[in-house]
Amino acid sequence: MAIEFLPIAILFVLAIALAVFIVFLGSIFGPKRYINTKMMPYESGMTPIGPGTRRMNVRFYLIAVLFILFDIEVIFFLPWAVVFRSLGLFALIEMLVFIGILLVGYVYAWKKGALEWE
Amino acid sequence: MIPTTYYIVLSALLFTIGALGVLIRRNAIIIFMAIELMLNAANLAFVAFTRMYGIIDGQVFVFFVMTVAAAEVAVGLALIVAIFRTKHNIDIDQLNNLKG
Amino acid sequence: MTGMDSLFLIFAVITLISAFLVVTTKNLFHAALWLIMTLFGVAAIYVLLNAFYLAVIQVIVYIGAIAILMIFAIMLTQRVMNPSGRIFNKNWIIAALLGAFMFIGLVIISMQTGASKTTLPQISGQLDTVSELGQALVSPNAYVIPFEVASVLLLAALIGAIFVSRKR
Repeated sequence: MAIEFLPIAILFVLAIALAVFIVFLGSIFGPKRYINTKMMPYESGMTPIGPGTRRMNVRFYLIAVLFILFDIEVIFFLPWAVVFRSLGLFALIEMLVFIGILLVGYVYAWKKGALEWE
Repeated sequence: MIPTTYYIVLSALLFTIGALGVLIRRNAIIIFMAIELMLNAANLAFVAFTRMYGIIDGQVFVFFVMTVAAAEVAVGLALIVAIFRTKHNIDIDQLNNLKG
Repeated sequence: MTGMDSLFLIFAVITLISAFLVVTTKNLFHAALWLIMTLFGVAAIYVLLNAFYLAVIQVIVYIGAIAILMIFAIMLTQRVMNPSGRIFNKNWIIAALLGAFMFIGLVIISMQTGASKTTLPQISGQLDTVSELGQALVSPNAYVIPFEVASVLLLAALIGAIFVSRKR
């Protein structure tokens, strides 16, 4: 039953409570002096050049895409592994086909240099 | 116990919010998030019916819906990023080059 | 009202409020964070419906991968993170009407499925959803073909995403 999830619920409640508590303490005890220089983005002490935020590199996005697709692959593994013993060879061949098809994509990503950081 | 209706009504509400998001927002990424909301609403209904009828098929469908959602997000967001790189804008009201 | 009922109400309210905020928030990054909250709410409701494995993969796939990919895309298109001007387009009145009609229609149709008369049946004994899912996915007379086709879909998505987002 869902009662087994009680520890997770307690963990979440504690985590949220701790975060709220710490931010609350900071807002009470922390000194608040808003000077113009203090509100500037910090750039090693010098006067900042350009905007404080910069557009992210597209390589991170490519890595994230690869992660999402192989993540999906992995969620198919667990139910398969649980019933593997009772199904035997058929399940093995099936999963080999599944992995084989996805391996083509992996090889494609490798050959196209999507895994390189340059 | 809670009647199954509550879960179905929750799913319908979530779907409606998602559909409204697709209809009224102008930013392409928010529209993607609204599509995710609609997919989640459908998944919720699947799981509720699985629980109601006691057969597993609904959960298998949720599996495949999640797979399709991941594929859709990977390609769709790549398209949005590519569009942003050429047009420097992802406001769908201004992406009307194909309009006759 | 038992404990489970109030839990359902709490999670349903969390899910709906954060879904509403996803659609109405102006700041894209905040919308992504509210989306994560919505997905957590849905995962909690999966737990209430005894779909434990689905709750786990909801957290792993939706929150851990899809929502993070959304955040990456927002950071890549950062000039529009704080969009100026209107956030809604001009046909929002028609959209709201359509939404109301759609909600009513959905509820009427789902009432006809017989869901309104039944409460959820009690779970008998230990329900092992993971092995049931595994049986359904890989045993010869179940969902084998969709399982293999899913890998083809993932392959197509992988090639498409790499091709589109590659530097030319």
